[in-house]
Amino acid sequence: MKANDVILQTATKVVAFIIFLFSVHIFFAGHFAPGGGFVGGLLTTAAIVLLLLAFDLKTVQKALPFDFMIVVAIGLLLALGTAAGSILFDVPFFTHAFDDFALPLFGVSSLHTAMIFDAGVYLVVVGSTITMIQAIGGDS
Amino acid sequence: MINLLLFPIILPFFFAIVLLFFRENVRMQRVVTVIGLAISFIAALMLLAKVKSDGVQALTLGSWPAPFGITMVSDMISVLLVTTSILITFFVVIYSFTAIGTEREKFYYYPSILFMLTGVNGAFTTGDIFNMFVFFEVLLIASYVLIVLGGEKKQLRESIKYVLVNVISSALFVVTIALLYSVVGTVNMADIAVKISEIGQPGIVTVIAILFLLVFGIKGALFPLYFWLPGSYAAPPMPVLTLFGALLTKVGIYAITRTYTLFFIHDIAITHELLLVLSLITIVAGCIGALAYFDLKQIMIYNIVITVGVILFGVAQMNKAGMAGAMFYLVHDMIIKGALFLLIGIIIAITGTSNLRKMGGLMKTYPSLGWMYFIAALGLAGIPPLSGFVAKLLIVKGAFDAGNVWGSIIILASSLIVLLSVMRIFIYAFWGKPVEVPATKSGSYQKMMIPAVLLVVLSIAYGVGSEWLVPYMTDAADVLLNPSIYIDAVLKE
Repeated sequence: MKANDVILQTATKVVAFIIFLFSVHIFFAGHFAPGGGFVGGLLTTAAIVLLLLAFDLKTVQKALPFDFMIVVAIGLLLALGTAAGSILFDVPFFTHAFDDFALPLFGVSSLHTAMIFDAGVYLVVVGSTITMIQAIGGDS
Repeated sequence: MINLLLFPIILPFFFAIVLLFFRENVRMQRVVTVIGLAISFIAALMLLAKVKSDGVQALTLGSWPAPFGITMVSDMISVLLVTTSILITFFVVIYSFTAIGTEREKFYYYPSILFMLTGVNGAFTTGDIFNMFVFFEVLLIASYVLIVLGGEKKQLRESIKYVLVNVISSALFVVTIALLYSVVGTVNMADIAVKISEIGQPGIVTVIAILFLLVFGIKGALFPLYFWLPGSYAAPPMPVLTLFGALLTKVGIYAITRTYTLFFIHDIAITHELLLVLSLITIVAGCIGALAYFDLKQIMIYNIVITVGVILFGVAQMNKAGMAGAMFYLVHDMIIKGALFLLIGIIIAITGTSNLRKMGGLMKTYPSLGWMYFIAALGLAGIPPLSGFVAKLLIVKGAFDAGNVWGSIIILASSLIVLLSVMRIFIYAFWGKPVEVPATKSGSYQKMMIPAVLLVVLSIAYGVGSEWLVPYMTDAADVLLNPSIYIDAVLKE
């Protein structure tokens, strides 16, 4: 029996983007408001899981053709690299740097290397959760 | 280079991440792992020299002032353990090339080893009790992977037990830290020591001390809490068992030593007496197990339990000889257990069984293996020129100084039983009528012998050169017996 899930798939196409945008918002809000890399990553995963529910594994893998273990490795490298950057300046490990920059569109914004560390966390969370879901759902 | 003390943690971590990028390429995996461990070892040696010349190294991450950031502290004992861990891992990795099989190597075997080493080195170096919990989890989760990797029926069954026990003990660890935090209001270890001595260790802190003994006793296999170890350690393949036997219980021992010499030193009559009694019962229980089995793996696994008792007995004396002996024994045991496990791994690979009754007469066909095993066995028991001797001598001397005559007698008697248990392996496996053994490739035998022989040679050098090592061990014992050195190094202005 083949179920007709036009409504689910159509709704997903809209909602998945909204969830993804919200996850990006949560990720960037982390420094001054609740949020950060971990919840941001989980929300992005939630968007992908919704896609997986509405479509099937192969379609989603075709849409997002990444090896998610590599995503984990890149995330770890980003996090370690941010922390280890301080070694070059001979200050204690994990010393972060920040400054105000006048960006074109955004105006004067305060940029902090903790953001790059958080991006690493984000990638590790997305990579590891999707790897788990793909590994469990994969062999049928 | 103020970050030098972090290099033995960061480097294995970095190389483990790099290994994730090419899982299928076994040759690259091997090469990168060996290079990574070699570089980490050099960094650890530089750190050892630095700690020897300049005293305790401390660094608070993120440039925060001391009790507020995470402090990493490298004193003599932690740097010695870090160096030995990297060395043992190095030899086990070389041994794994022939012993583990490409199926496992293709499935994140080497990254898991390096992640575990990251956790082990981190747990040895950290100066923050919650950070120690995190590093415990890093090494435990990597060890879960290693114990189950390969997916044999036995591994699946035993890994469930292992994970269950460790999840429970980790939860208990968190609860204990929460209790300690609610009493002293800090998680920095030096700061905790100061706060506890300010309030003079009331009853609640003694309760926390015993909870810590429970937590680390499960990790380090202390008497009533070692029940999980014999089954779980027999499941994984030999190189993994070597790593576990040489490194993992030592982390628990180190944690007990650290907390019982830094935090809970104001009510020794209760806490250290309990530690003393438990360590003696651990020795007795381990001796019974070591004599009861006709299985190579089980005999050696129960020898791990005996070791835990001997080291903690030395620590419980709280005097200079006992502590120096315990530190000597800790490093000695990592090396000799590594060597012995690798050697019995070769015996099992040759005979195809771990049952003593089914083997015999290996001396005719593999004389070098026989003599290497013989030397390592004598080293484990503590025969004078070899490495176990000085350590046990100091522990017994410490016990006599502290007036624990019966304890010393149990230690000495346990040496005899250790000797008996390992000699039984020698007699059954190497003497007697040769037994038909399945054909093995002589090439793989040679390759497996190299790391094992190097470790035996290292343990001989450790025994013969113990005079040269004494200043290092006394430095280690000094920091443990005078917490003020540790506290000053961390909370300096």
